[in-house]
Amino acid sequence: MRFVRKDSPLLLAAALLTAVVFASAFPALAESGEKTWKIGGIFSITGPASFLGDPEKKSMELAIEEINAAGGVDGRMLEAVIYDTEGDPSKAVMAAGKLINKDRVTAIAGPSRTPTTLAVVPMVERANLPFVSCAAGNKIVEPIKPWVFKTAQSDIQAVASIYAHIEKQGIDRIGTLTVANSFGESGREQLIEQAGDFGITVVRSESFGAGDTDMTSQLTKIRQEKPGAVICWGTNPGPAVVAKNAEQLGLDIPLYQSHGVASPKFIELAGDSAEGILLPTGKILVADLLPDDDPQKQVLTDYIDAYETRYDETVSGFGGYAYDAVYLLARAMEGTGGDKEKIRENLENIKGHVGISGVFSFSQTDHNGLDPSAFVMVRIADGKWQLVK
Amino acid sequence: MQELLQYLFSGMTNGAVYAVIALGFSMLYSSTDLINFAHGEFVMLGALCMVSLTAGAGLALVPAFFVTVAAVAAAGMLFERLAIRPVRHPQPIVLIIITVGASIFLRGTGMLIWGKDAHSMPPFLDIAPIDIAGARLLAQSVWILVIVTALAAGLHLFYKKTLTGKAMTACAVNKKGAWIVGIPFKWMVLLAFGMSTGLGAVAGASIAPITMSSYDMGTILGLKGFCGAMLGGLGSLWGAILGGFLLGILEAMGVGFVSSGFKDATAFLLLLLVLYVRPQGILGTAEVKRF
Repeated sequence: MRFVRKDSPLLLAAALLTAVVFASAFPALAESGEKTWKIGGIFSITGPASFLGDPEKKSMELAIEEINAAGGVDGRMLEAVIYDTEGDPSKAVMAAGKLINKDRVTAIAGPSRTPTTLAVVPMVERANLPFVSCAAGNKIVEPIKPWVFKTAQSDIQAVASIYAHIEKQGIDRIGTLTVANSFGESGREQLIEQAGDFGITVVRSESFGAGDTDMTSQLTKIRQEKPGAVICWGTNPGPAVVAKNAEQLGLDIPLYQSHGVASPKFIELAGDSAEGILLPTGKILVADLLPDDDPQKQVLTDYIDAYETRYDETVSGFGGYAYDAVYLLARAMEGTGGDKEKIRENLENIKGHVGISGVFSFSQTDHNGLDPSAFVMVRIADGKWQLVK
Repeated sequence: MQELLQYLFSGMTNGAVYAVIALGFSMLYSSTDLINFAHGEFVMLGALCMVSLTAGAGLALVPAFFVTVAAVAAAGMLFERLAIRPVRHPQPIVLIIITVGASIFLRGTGMLIWGKDAHSMPPFLDIAPIDIAGARLLAQSVWILVIVTALAAGLHLFYKKTLTGKAMTACAVNKKGAWIVGIPFKWMVLLAFGMSTGLGAVAGASIAPITMSSYDMGTILGLKGFCGAMLGGLGSLWGAILGGFLLGILEAMGVGFVSSGFKDATAFLLLLLVLYVRPQGILGTAEVKRF
């Protein structure tokens, strides 16, 4: 073991040299500890949910750049520390551990998915850290946990929007087809729970695996009950397969999809089968179709311009969750001097914050802060979105 | 009745795909005693190559299909030459772990080349689904069934009628004996790898139009194909086909008559049952060795 002899002068010199090189290469890092506030980001940047995490990471960086360019928060710059979960709850837990113990962040934005979020919730509660999730599942804020907030519209508002539309069509029997993961489960629970409020009966509820290649069996089983509409709840690519299968079977009843597929990718995947499908979506997807008096129109167009100039790619409907999370956290940080309990209180008291995903008004009993107006119903016609009244 | 038929169609479509994948597993096993756990990844490569060549490069279907199969078979042979043959002590367990590693490597490569999103492509023939007694069958499913039948017949002839096929069978029966009578054993293994991964590519290229292809589709398809091969009897040509179809149809029936929540459970429960009652599989005859 001659390499680890304690008195090796060569080794000592090498270690010193490395230290000097590192210190001089990153002078900003060395002195930034005092002046910046670190905000942690945990997103599924790669892996199956990268369509969420990748734009979220970019939007978070964009929001931080914008806030810093405008002078930061109380004169302090913000700094993003972002980790990738690959959509894996155990990696999300590791990332949260690093953010809390090693990076000592002031607050955390993300994770992107409901399972990854639920995995890190106990950790941020123990660490008493303001936490704004970007995932959709309403289990995250139900029941209310003091430190846990979220920006993504939840299934509650999405289901309410779909049911309001179904009720208007005079349909009272529906079938549901949900993906067998927590996004689908959460959607299914809401679909069953809220059905009564709209005078709707769920006559059959089926599920499919996230990677399944054929759902004709499930659709056939639903069709046997002769429902007036089918609601599919999932994220790509499953719902696109459902759309294709529905066309194959010649299903002539309206097919509703969830906000989980509200992206141009869905139209690309489902192709002609996407025609006529109805779904609720955040307003970002149809920003240019919104009437000028919509309160979010200005914020949305500014964000879309900034994102598309900065990254030279089409804006996604999901990055806004992280953008809102950062802006909400920055707003809550004002005047707190970094005191986490004060940030939490400020977050809870934010009212009428116009964001990308809706107008946020938090309270002690509502940590999502959105109402059904955060969604609009759209129909896919000629491969494009069309606002439905 | 209409429902039953629809479940059967759905099961046959999936089953045919499982059968082609199972064939790949089975034929490689019979000529090399090796289970290639990266096989599902070759299916993925086939599907994504097909999408790229048709939707991306604008190649016509038939040439795209053959280029895909040839390219993936070449990748499979390269894999054998670079990762399997150089192993100094080729015990089965070592080789199997190498294939697991290769599957992770290929999935990563797939993600780098094709990105993280799913891709889709139009069907081989853009015609309306065929209506049989109220149940709908996609034209693409008919294509897949035709391809499976052709492959099975082709492989059967290859093993029974050609010298190369017989030589490959000889290698499977007794390596040393085959070597003594002058059969180039190494070439046979290389060929088996090429054919097996080529079969994977056929499966991938044929399902690309009916489902979505993404870099991570291979794992579950590989598992299902492996189940099919085990079910029918590993190493048996007709067993792989029977196992694949059985698995697909039972899955669809499970969804239809039990619950869609148990779809994947059906497959694996069935596998456990078969392994318990008849470890050599339904049509398998060779004594099963444990390693």
